[in-house]
Amino acid sequence: MAILEINDIHVYYGNIRALHGISFSVEKGQIVTLIGANGAGKTTTLNAISGILAPRQGSVRVFDQDLARIMPHELVPQGVVQVPEGRRIFSRLTVDENLSMGAFTRKDKVAIAKDRERVLEMFPRLRERLTQIAGTLSGGEQQMLAMGRAIMSDPKILLLDEPSMGLAPILVDQVFESIQDIRKQGVTILLVEQNAYVALQIADYGYVLESGQIALKGPAKELIKNEEIRKAYLG
Amino acid sequence: MAFDVVASTFQHKAITKTAPRRAIEVGLMGFGLMIYFNLVGLIGQFMERFIIEGLATLAHTVFLGIAIGVGGLTSHRLLNETVTRRYLYSALAGLISGCSLAVLVFVIDHAQGAIFGAEFDVRFMFVALSPKLLDFLTFGTAPENAVFYHLIGGVVLGLFGALLYHLPNVLRRPLIGGLAAVWFIGLFSELIQLAMQFEVVDDFRNFFFTWEGQTEQGAVTVFVITFAIMAFVTHRGDAVMTGFRAMPSSGQKSARYALYLLAVVLFLLFPMAAGSFFGQVLMLVGLYALMGMGLNIEIGLAGLLDMGFVAFFATGAYTIALFTTSTEDVACVTPPCDYLIQIFDDRSLTWWEALPIAMIASLVMGVLFGIPVLKVRGDYLAVATLGLGEIIRVVVVSDMAAPMLGGSQGILAIPRPHLFGFEFSDPIQLFYLTLVSTIVAAYFAWALENSRLGRAWMAIREDEDVGQALGVNLINVKLLAYGLGAVFAGLAGAIFAAMLASIYPHSFQLLISINILALIIVGGIGSLPGVVVGSLMLIGTPELLREFGEFRFLAYGIVLVVMMRVKPLGLWPSSVRKRELQSVEEAEALIKQRTQGQKA
Repeated sequence: MAILEINDIHVYYGNIRALHGISFSVEKGQIVTLIGANGAGKTTTLNAISGILAPRQGSVRVFDQDLARIMPHELVPQGVVQVPEGRRIFSRLTVDENLSMGAFTRKDKVAIAKDRERVLEMFPRLRERLTQIAGTLSGGEQQMLAMGRAIMSDPKILLLDEPSMGLAPILVDQVFESIQDIRKQGVTILLVEQNAYVALQIADYGYVLESGQIALKGPAKELIKNEEIRKAYLG
Repeated sequence: MAFDVVASTFQHKAITKTAPRRAIEVGLMGFGLMIYFNLVGLIGQFMERFIIEGLATLAHTVFLGIAIGVGGLTSHRLLNETVTRRYLYSALAGLISGCSLAVLVFVIDHAQGAIFGAEFDVRFMFVALSPKLLDFLTFGTAPENAVFYHLIGGVVLGLFGALLYHLPNVLRRPLIGGLAAVWFIGLFSELIQLAMQFEVVDDFRNFFFTWEGQTEQGAVTVFVITFAIMAFVTHRGDAVMTGFRAMPSSGQKSARYALYLLAVVLFLLFPMAAGSFFGQVLMLVGLYALMGMGLNIEIGLAGLLDMGFVAFFATGAYTIALFTTSTEDVACVTPPCDYLIQIFDDRSLTWWEALPIAMIASLVMGVLFGIPVLKVRGDYLAVATLGLGEIIRVVVVSDMAAPMLGGSQGILAIPRPHLFGFEFSDPIQLFYLTLVSTIVAAYFAWALENSRLGRAWMAIREDEDVGQALGVNLINVKLLAYGLGAVFAGLAGAIFAAMLASIYPHSFQLLISINILALIIVGGIGSLPGVVVGSLMLIGTPELLREFGEFRFLAYGIVLVVMMRVKPLGLWPSSVRKRELQSVEEAEALIKQRTQGQKA
C-alpha cells in the first residue's frame, strides 16, 4: 500500500512554474529518494507535501487522504514529519529541550519517554550532550539532533531534506547509517538529496528531477548503474 | 542563528595602545564630560543643591566623582605598568580632566573684552556660562588662583582615584560604600524627610537633615556607620556565611524565611509609612511592571516585537471609563454607541464589574491587532505594530469617535473602585490594589510560561517554520500571545483609569510603548523578575529624580547605553539567556586557549 501518493502536481512561485506534473508514490517501509541538481524542484516538492506551498493542480495523498485542506501544523498528528534543510534546530535551547519540542503534539507521556530513550540509543552523542545548548553542537551532531527531534514526533513517514548538506564525508556516512536505522524501526522515508551517490546506495527506489519534471525513475540499484546518471551526478 | 552572531562578536582583536595614550584618553573623557555638564547647565542647577549642607553641593560631587573616577580608571587600564607609573599616569589623567574647569574659568572670565572683543558674548551660544557659574568655579577667589587650584585639584584627585584603586578590598569597599551612602542620602534627603514625617522621629530627622540637605554631623554618622558595616562584611562576611552554612538545614531555612518575611512586611508597610508620593511612584512602577509582563509574553516568549503595545493599555482604560461613567453626559447617537446606551442606560457599572469587560476588550483588541500582522516577521513587525498603535490613538482623538470617547477632552468623573464599602482613592490604597494585581498577574505569567502554550511560544520564537513543522498552530499561538499579552496591559489600563479618575488620549503616547520595551530589555528579555527590576530602574528612578527636571532624562539615556554595554542580557536575565551567555563564555575561553596555543 502506498503511504504517500503524489499525483501530477504543478507548483508555481508567482508566475514561474517550479514543478510541472510530478507523480510518484512511496510504499510503506521504503526509502525513496528524489535526486537532482540545484533548482530542479526537490525542496519545492517537499514543501508541497508538507503544505507550506499549495499545488495549483494535482493532489497529495497520505494514507489515502487528500492533504489539500490540511494546514502545515496538522500534518504531524497525521504522521508526516519534515526535517528541514540546513537542520534548523532550536539553537538557544538545550538538546533535551529540542527533543521534547519534537513531541509537542503528543500527550502520552509513557510513549514519549520511550521514544526519547530510543532516540538516545540511536544517537549516543546526544545523550552525552543533553544539557548542552544545541547551537554549540557540531554540524553532524546538529543533523542527528534534527532527526532525533523528528523521531520524537512519532512519524509514519519522514521527509528528509538534504541531510548531507555541509557535512564532512565521514559524518555523511554516519548520518546515512542512522537513516537506515530509522527505516528498520518501521518509518517510511522520503529522502531529498543532491548527493545522488550516497542517497541511491541506501534507497529502494529513486526519482531524478530535472527542471520541475521527473526525468528518470527506477529501482535505486539500477539507477546507480545508469550511464546518464553516472555522467550527470556521480562523476 | 542569534547565537552565531553573539559568538562572532567576541573575536575582535585587542588593539595595543601605549600607556601615555591610554592615560590621555581617559583624561580627555573626564575633560569632555566636565565641559559638557557645564555647558548644558547641569552644573548650574546642581550647584544650588546641597548634598551636605553648607559644605558640598551636588555639583561638587559631580566634579569630585569624575576626577576620582578618571584616576581609578587610568590605573585599571594600565595593569601592565609598575605601581609608581600607574600613579603618575593617574595624576596625568586627573590633571587633564582638571584642565576642563581651569579652561572654563579662563573662558568665562575673559569672555568679554580681552580675547573675543567687546561685542562678543559667549552666553549668546552658551547660556549656562553665567557669572554665577564663574563665582562657583572660582570659590570666590581671583580667577588666576582658581585656574591654579583646579589643576592642582585634578592631580590630587587623580592620585586619590589611583590610591582608591590600589587599596586592599578591606579598606576600599567600606570607603567607597561610605562615600556612596553619604551621596545617596544627600541626593534623596528631601524624599527621605518626606517619609519621616512623624513627631516621634523629629529629633532623629533633625540630627541628619535640614530642608537644605544633609547636616555635617549626619553625613559623618552615615559615613561611619556604612564604613563599619561594610568593613565588617568584607572582613568577616565569609566567616558569617560559613557559620550560617554550618547551621542545621532546618535552621537555615527558617532563618531565610524569616528574612524574606521581614523584607515582605517592610515592603508592604513602606508606602503607608512613607506617604503618598512614594505610594504614587511605587504604583507607577507596578503598572509598568504589569504591562512589562504582558509585553514580555509577546516579545520575550513568543518573539513578536510589538511597538504598539500602548493600544492595549488604552483599551483597558477606555473600556473602564465607558462602562463606569454615566452615559447621560455623553451625547451618543452613532450606531455602536447608542446601542451600548440602551443596555446601560439605567445604571453604569462599578469598577469591579467593568474590570472583566476591560480585560476581555483588551484580549479581543490584542487578537484583532494580531491578525493583520500574522505574516509579518522581525524588524518589519516592529514597524507594522508601530503603525497599528498609532492608528488606535488617532482613532481615539478623531471626531468620529468623539461622541463616544470624548475626543481630546477625554472622559471625566470615573468612579474609584470600592470593595466591601472601602474606597480605593488615594495613591497608597491604589498602590496596594496594583500590588495585588501585579502578584496575581505574575502568577499567571509564570504559569503561562511553563505551560504547553509557553513551549509553543518558545518554539516559534526560535524558528517559526520549524515550530510549525513540529505541529505548532502558528495562527492560534501568535494571536494568543497578542491577546493574552494585551490582557495584562488592559488590567494596567483599568487601574490607571481609576488612579486618574479621568482619561485623555494624550496619556497614551508612543513613548509608553517605548518605555515598556526599554524596561523589559534592561531587566532581561523573557525574565519575570527582570520586568520588576527594569520597571524600578526605568520608571521608579526617574520619578524619584523629578526635582532635576529634564536632566533626569540625561541620566535615563546614560543608564540605557551603559546597561547595554555592561550587561547586554539585562539586570536579571532569564535562564535561557544566561545559558547562552555561559556557552559563549566557554567558546570565548576556547578561542583564547587556541590562539595562545598557536603563539606557543
